[in-house]
Parts: sequence; structure tokens; C-alpha cells
Amino acid sequence: MKIYLRFLREYPRESVLAPLFKLLEACFDLCVPLVVAAMIDRGIGTGDTGFLWKMTLLLVLLAFVGLACSVTAQYFASKAAVGTATRLRRELFAHMQAFTYAQTDRVGTASMITRMTSDINQLQTGINITLRLLLRSPIIVFGAVAMAFTVSVRLAWIFVGVVPLLALVVFGVMLGTIPLYRKVQSRLDRVTAATRENLNGARVVRAFCKEDEEIRRFDGINRAQTALQERTGRLSALMNPLTYVLVNLAVLLIIRQGGFSVAAGTLTQGQVVALVNYMAQILVELVKLANSIFTVTKAVACGKRIGAVLDMPAGQERIADEKPQRTGEAVSFEKVSLTYDGDSAPSLQDITFTALRGQTVGVIGGTGAGKSSLVQLIPRFYEATEGSVRVLGAEVRSYEPATLRGRIGIVPQKAELFRGTIRSNLQWGRKDADDAALWQALEDAQAADFVREKEGQLDAPVEQKGRNFSGGQRQRLTIARALVGQPEILILDDSASALDYATDARLREALRKLPYHPTIFLISQRTASLRACDQILVLEDGRLVGMGTHETLLRDCAVYREIHESQYKGGEEA
Amino acid sequence: MKRTDSLATLRKVLRYLKRYRLLFVLSLLLAAAIVVLTLYLPVITGDAIDLLLGKDAVDFGALAGLLLRGAIVIGLTALAQWIMNILNNRITFGVVRQLRQDAFTHLQSLPLSYLDRHPVGDIVSRVIADAEQVTDGLLMGFSQLFTGILTILGTLGFMLSMHPLITLWVVLITPLSLFVASFIAKRTHTLFQKQSEIRAEQTALVDEMIGSHKAVVAFSHEDEAMASFDEVNERLEGVARKATFFSSLTNPCTRFVNNLVYAGVALSGALLCLGGGTAALTIGQLSCFLSYANQYTKPFNEISGVITELQNAMTCAGRIFELMEEAPETPDAADAVTLSRDDLNGEVAFDHVDFSYTPERELIRDLNLHLRQGQRVAIVGPTGCGKTTLINLLMRFYEVNGGSVQVSGRDIRTLTRHSLRGCYGMVLQETWLSTGTVRENIAFGRPDASEAEIVAAAKAAHADSFIRRLPQGYDTVLEEDGGALSQGQKQLLCIARVFLCLPPMLILDEATSSIDTRTELKIQNAFAKLMQGRTSFVVAHRLSTIREADLILVMKDGSIIEQGNHKALLAQNGFYAELYRKQFEG
Repeated sequence: MKIYLRFLREYPRESVLAPLFKLLEACFDLCVPLVVAAMIDRGIGTGDTGFLWKMTLLLVLLAFVGLACSVTAQYFASKAAVGTATRLRRELFAHMQAFTYAQTDRVGTASMITRMTSDINQLQTGINITLRLLLRSPIIVFGAVAMAFTVSVRLAWIFVGVVPLLALVVFGVMLGTIPLYRKVQSRLDRVTAATRENLNGARVVRAFCKEDEEIRRFDGINRAQTALQERTGRLSALMNPLTYVLVNLAVLLIIRQGGFSVAAGTLTQGQVVALVNYMAQILVELVKLANSIFTVTKAVACGKRIGAVLDMPAGQERIADEKPQRTGEAVSFEKVSLTYDGDSAPSLQDITFTALRGQTVGVIGGTGAGKSSLVQLIPRFYEATEGSVRVLGAEVRSYEPATLRGRIGIVPQKAELFRGTIRSNLQWGRKDADDAALWQALEDAQAADFVREKEGQLDAPVEQKGRNFSGGQRQRLTIARALVGQPEILILDDSASALDYATDARLREALRKLPYHPTIFLISQRTASLRACDQILVLEDGRLVGMGTHETLLRDCAVYREIHESQYKGGEEA
Repeated sequence: MKRTDSLATLRKVLRYLKRYRLLFVLSLLLAAAIVVLTLYLPVITGDAIDLLLGKDAVDFGALAGLLLRGAIVIGLTALAQWIMNILNNRITFGVVRQLRQDAFTHLQSLPLSYLDRHPVGDIVSRVIADAEQVTDGLLMGFSQLFTGILTILGTLGFMLSMHPLITLWVVLITPLSLFVASFIAKRTHTLFQKQSEIRAEQTALVDEMIGSHKAVVAFSHEDEAMASFDEVNERLEGVARKATFFSSLTNPCTRFVNNLVYAGVALSGALLCLGGGTAALTIGQLSCFLSYANQYTKPFNEISGVITELQNAMTCAGRIFELMEEAPETPDAADAVTLSRDDLNGEVAFDHVDFSYTPERELIRDLNLHLRQGQRVAIVGPTGCGKTTLINLLMRFYEVNGGSVQVSGRDIRTLTRHSLRGCYGMVLQETWLSTGTVRENIAFGRPDASEAEIVAAAKAAHADSFIRRLPQGYDTVLEEDGGALSQGQKQLLCIARVFLCLPPMLILDEATSSIDTRTELKIQNAFAKLMQGRTSFVVAHRLSTIREADLILVMKDGSIIEQGNHKALLAQNGFYAELYRKQFEG
């Protein structure tokens, strides 16, 4: 709420003028019944045809002025709403760009995308409606009551009695149904989930001959949803009849009480007509109000969700600049622990090791042992909960993030490419890399062959996420992307899993021969890929349970031996 | 959609209404009553107002009568509205439920070839969203259309009965507001189209840059991402502002036309009131006319909305009926035999089998296999070579095009599907678990299994120890697709599921790369235990499985290109030998 008020403040003129013109329009609308009353009482009463024409002209004039006001209001409202949404979207995007891995994990990319798209669109609609309708309706309702007082104080009390009752019905039914509708929706989600699950498991369901049971299960979920829907429907079915009764009984009451006043000579026939018209206007506007409030509450909920994301602090703190020392150490961990946000148990515990420049370091361990967590601390994607991580002669927290990451090339587990061309993707590694540099990186990544076969070669198009490449090709392209920057530290997070053994071996050979001798971190599930490493870190449940070369580990480290044997004994698989 | 198609679709929807035909007719009658009563009320109030002539000139007796009549009309209208709402709810919710149920039931009998060809999301959207659209749009649309037309006719009737001349004026001018509305709608349509194009572009960008945010951060690509975002965002602002503004003109413009009608009615009515004679109008009638003039355009606007809604609903109805009319699997033959386990001898044979998914591409030609009890077949080949094809034929998920598959010497087409499938235990690579507890999942194939049997199955599958470590043990509820379990754990549960049934024949798909090697070892052990003495088909990745197999089928691009045992195939020095060297000798 606060958030979008802040942005609305950047459109002060629009956000004042839009409701103001709506107010004007409403005032003109409110004049109409009075004019008609005058026509009846004075025009028809006295037979003054000229007066009738004049009044009609006035009505036409009111219609024109009303139109002009309304159009102006719409103009300002759409400008403010769209403008606010545009700025908010930009701010939100910029804010999310500054998120660290931990922050991204906390929010989740799926909800980040929802915030950016449908939530902001809802909010835009909400602002627009607020500026246009939300203010018009109360003005008409209260205006009509006020006008009723100018016509007849005695009869106006009927208005004072009926309006709260109407509001009670309209808002009561609405407030009563909103939570029910939400429940209906979540029941519907269950129906959807059951359908999807059944389709995904079609083979299993049939293999176990469970078709009939699935049908019965679906029937239960389906019926439960329908039952709730009917219950909700019964409540909302009250809205129309109740409002109809209230308004029209009030009209009858006005005529009856009006009858007494007319008989007493304190009220004219035309004025009774005017009062009846006001009552009719009130109903129309209240229903509109209820609908727009529905939209606005949804928008407020979206606004809150957006606000929550914007209020999250983004980015990382830096400690004072530390001049990197020239040392032979590339990476050193000193008693490092890492506990992810919201986790109770640490994912890494008390890790200490040093990797020298130019070394190749293997990391091995079972699923969830902490291999990826360990390497992600090096470019400071996550913050160590305890201990210190030093990279290239300085504490990681002392670096400007872009500087640190510019010196590290990382190939993530999930090989993701971006829409564009092969060239544009590779240049993520270094913006000004020329063709020669790109080809060299492709050669080293064992990707040059298939790129050469592509039409357009470096300019061959890449679809979203690199869908138009096979898994193995994508992996090699992401490796090339990391190599383009000639990083001092290269991290390969199980990134050769889709390559066949021969290609994998050639890749490892090419990496060893890189002229700039990067320090390489190699995560793998298989001992065979790590055999040639200078140093292998063995992780289990977040702890470092072994460190050394292939041979020493085979001798000394039970976990490593077990992993190795599980890969060999079972099938002599290399 | 062509007219005949539309009619056919409509007839199908009406079939669903049949159960509710009484309620539906009642609902329409009530709608008609509501229209008449609603239009009649202004006449009563008009007459009542006519009694308020001036000082000491009010006929209170007559007034009381009119007011009473008014009150009764109001009460009846409200009652009718309420009953109609309830009826409509019952009809629409009932029909949508039935539609979904029928669609779901039909899905269970559709051949897998259909399910394989259609994305899950597409089918789900037919069952869920389209069904809703059909009832909302078609039934409610129909009811609204009916009310709308009735209101227009009724209003015309009431107005004509009071004063033809003013009626003419109203009838002539009102279409103007429709014209204005459609004029604006046409203009804004292109703007909206443009807006959704740019929105889609922006969503794609956001999807990419936020969805892969970690890669963006890793390569410090934030500034470039921001620049492309800004460019799209600004373009969007320009179009969105125009689209929002122009589309919001509809209401003020139609209201304006309406106001003109109102002024016209007021003037002509007032002049007629003065005129006297037979053409004269009372003030009450004038007030009545004014209220009609106010309401007259509403049904027009509603009808134009309803018509687009109806068209949309027809398309949706077409989609859902298309699904429901999709031919189901050939039903089990009338004389199909229920194969009991005692009749089984574990023999499986492929006899001159021909098979292809599409007529253009022949996959399996004249395949002959004969397996005795306890023999093991390994299916080998590069990823995507169509190893599942054989599973599809064995389980009769797909039908052979020629020849026959036989179990215990009988053509599987002479058996009931259920008894055939009950003979096999199947563990696929894409593990699938149903929403429910761990216990329910293990007992999936035998819901009546005892606790001891379930635990024994879990133990046999090496799953017992991790299940006990789950927060609620065997009662832990698994959300859609296994929830928090790791891939390996899910696979162990699937194995336990098969262990509980202990079928005489097996179809197994070996572990994937996403499982760490020690869990993989557990799965291997469980598989080995399962396979003892059972005829089994294994999609194999491991050399040990392959070498110990009695028969190796080498598949490439969907077809079986070589078969034989390990030694024979190596000696043949063909594709298998090459594959073997590449995969296992590094």
C-alpha cells in the first residue's frame, strides 16, 4: 500500500485531477433529477413550453459537460496508473537484479516472476479503478442523500435509513463470499492437481489396474468442490433480491410519505419524482462500488506482495577494501560453515583447505553432501555463516562483487543459455571478446565442431534456455562461456555429466593445457573424472571427510573408497 | 467454428442439461416472470405518483391499494430472483461437475498413444478451464441472452402500450450507444493486441532474466539485463497508456448517449403532458418512461457481451467434447480370458511383431523372441532410442500392427488388460508417486496389504530405513510428485510398491545419473533381489546387468538393430561393440 502511494506521488497532478474531474461529473449527474423535477413542476405545471426547451438544453449541456469531465478524468487516471505501474516494474526489476542467491532462494524465482507480471498488472488495474470509480460511487451515494435533504428534509430520512442497510447487504454478502471463493479456488486447485497427477502417472495407474479407483478418488474431490461452490452460491444468490427489495420498498415509502407532504402542500409531484430517481441512482452506484472494491482488494493484496519483495534488503555488505596480496594461494577456506536461510542444520561445517594457483581441485560426495554449496562460496554467491573465505589474496567480502566474479568463471550444474545467438551468449563471459577469442573458447570446451556445423556459426540463434541444443551441447556452450573470460579460477559444477567419456576426457585434457593456467574446481560424482586432480576434497553430510590425491584417498578415506568401489565393483564401469 | 459444428456442440451441451431440464425450464419461466414484474413496477409507481396531484388532492385510498400492489410485486420479484439464482447455481455447478467427471473417466480409457501425443497441460486445461467456461458462458450466457431479449421486448411492449411516439424516439436513438460502444471496441482492439504482444515480450524477458537470475549474477550481467528491460518497459508504457485510456472511454460515451435519450424523453414527454387529449401523458407515465429510458440500453450492452462469451464458450465446448469423443482403447474382447497367476508359466514371446507409431516410420519389423521363465532381457541403446517402445507393447499400452505378443502361450489380445498388466511389475525411470501417505503408496497395487507386509516390502527395497527417518514415518504425506523426497528415495518407494505385489514378470528401468552412486547400489541390490526367478525386461545402463542378460536387444532410433548375448554381439563387431567400447572403455 505504502509502496504504490510513493509512486503515485510522482504523479501528483494526475492523481488529484482524475478524482476531481470524476467528482465534477458526479455533481452534474446529481443535478439531472432536479432539472427533471423543475420541468415537471414549473414547465408542465405552468404550461411554460419555453422553460421546458431551456431545461432540455440544460440536460444536453449537462450530458456534454459530464462527458468532457469524465474523459479528462479517464485520461489522467490511465496516465497515473500506467505510469506508476511502469516505474514500479522498473524498480522491482532493478531490486531483484541486486538479489543475492540467498535472497533469490527465499523469494523463489516463480514468485519473483509473478510479482513482476500479473501482480503489477493487477495493481495497475486497481489504481485505475480507484482513481476512476472508487471515488465516483461514494460521491454519488452521499451526494444523492444530500440532494434528497435539499428537496425534502422529512423524506431524506428514508435515505439515511436505507443507505446503511443497502451497504450492509452489499458489503456483507461480498465480505462473506470472498473467503469462500478463495476456498472454492483452492478446492479447484485440488481438482486440477488430481487431473494432472493422473495424467502424469497414466502408465503406472494402468500397470497397477487402478483406473476405477482413480475415478472414485476424482469423484470425491470433484464433489467436494461442487458442494462448496453451491454453498458459496447460496450466499451470493441473496445479493440481487435483497438490494432490489430494499431499494424498491424505499421508493414505495417515499411515495407514501411524499403523498402526505404533497397533500399538506409542502412537496410537489416533480420533487417526488426527483427523490425516486435519486434512490435508483444509489442502487446502481452501490453495486458498482462493491465490484470495484473487489478489484481493489485484490490489487491491494498484490501491492502488499510486491511491497514485501521491495522491502527485502538486496545486495551484500562489503567490508573495507583489502588490497589483495600476491600469494600463491588461489582459494583458502578457514573453518567455514554455511547454514542456508530457514534450514536448521548446516549444509557445510568446519571446512578448511587451501587451493594453490594453477591446481586442479576435485570435489566429490553423495547427493546433498554440500559440493555445490562449497564452490558457490568462492564467488560469494552465498555468505559463509562462519569462518572466512579468501580468494586470490583477499577476503571475499572485501571485493566489489563484479570484480570478484569477473575473475572467476563458473559453469553451473544446470546448463542454461539465453535467447540470442551463440555469440551473444558467449559474450556474457567477456563483453568485448572478439571472434578469435570466442572460437578458442569453443575449441577448448570441445564445442567448436558442432558450432561450425550450425548455420550462421557464431550467429546461430539460441532459443530461450537453449532449448534448440541438446543437453551435451548446452553444457559445452556454458563451459565455453566461462572460458571466454579467461578466468583465474574456473569452477565446473558437475558440468560434464551429459558428455560421453571420450569427450569428457578430451575436455579435461584441454583444460589442463589452458595457457593462463586457471585454478580449476571440478565437481563430479565419479572418481574416474577426478583421478588426475592435484587434490580431491571428499564431502559427506557437509563435512570434509577426506582430502588428498586419488591414491592417498583410496588408501586412507573410507568414504572415497566406498564411492569408488560402488562405481567399479558393480559393473567395472569406468 | 462452422454453424453445423456449433449446432452439434450445442446439442451435446443440451444432453448434459437433460438431467436438469425441469429446473432449467423453471429457471427460464422465472426469468420471464422477473422481467415482466420488474417492468411492471415502474408502472405502479408511475400510477401512484399520478395520484399526488397537489395540496389536498391526494387520493390516499387508491394510493394505499397501489402501494400494496407494489409491495406484492417487489416481494414476488425478489423471491423469483432468489429461486432462479439457486436453480442456476445448481444447474451450472452440476453440469460442470458431470462434464469433468465424464472427461476424467474417459481419460482412463483413452489409449496411451493419445496421452503421449498431447501435453498434460493441454488436457488439464480442457478438463478444468474449458469445462468451467462452457457452463459459465453457455448456460449463463443463454440465460442472460434470454433475459436480455425478453427485457427489450417487454420494455418495448410496455412503452408502446403507454405511448407509441416516445417509444419511437427511444427506439431510434438507443442503437447509437451500441454503435459508439462497438466503434470504441474496434479501435481499442488493435491497441490491446499490441499491448499483449509487448507484455508477452516483457514476460519472456523477465522469465529469462529472473528465472535464470543466478546465471545473471554469476556473469555480472545485471546492467545489460536492466537496459533491455527498460527498453521494453518504456514501449509498454506508451501502448498501455493509450489502450487503457481508449478502452475506458466506452462507459462515459454510452452514458452520454443514454443521457441524450433521457433528455429527449423528458422533453417530448413533458410536451405531451401539456398537450392534453388522447395523446396526452400523465406525469406518472413520464416518470415511468424516464426509468425505462434509463434501463433500456443495459440489456443491449449485456447482449453484446454475452455474444462474445457465447462464441468463446462454444470453442471451449468444442475442445472438451473433442477430448471426450476421442476413441477409447479397443475394449477387452467379449470372451477375453482373465489370466490367473496359476496359469502363468513366465513365458513371453514376440511372434513376428511389426510395430510403428506413425505409418511413415516403421520401427519394429518381424521381431521374434521367446523367453522362458526366469530369463532376462537387457534393452540397450543411446538415450532417446525408443527403449520404452517394448514396454509399451508388453503392457499393451500400444497395440502391435502385425504379429502378436504372447504370455504363457496366449495372444495378449485374448486376455483382459487388467489380468495381463497384473502379471507385470513395473519400475520406470520417471518415478511417479500418488498424493497420499508413504504407506498408501507402497500399498498402491494391493490396498488390502497388512502392515507387516508393507514393512517387509519396504525392507526388501532398502526403503525402510529412510522411511523411518521421515517426520511421520510411514504416515508421512507425500505431496504431488513425491514432494521432498530425493529422486533415489522415490525410486526405492516405487520398487517397494512392486515388491508388495511380487508379480511373476518384471519391467525395470535402471537408475538415472541424478542418483548418487551409493543409493544406486541399493537400488541395484533391490532390483537383483526382485529379478530372481522372474522373467524380466530391463532397460539397462550397467555393464553387469547387460553381461548377465540372457538376451540383449540393441536399439537405435526406435528400432531393434541387433540381438544376441554379450559375447555374440561383441563378436559381431557391430553397433553394440562400438557402443560398448565408447561407454565402458573410456
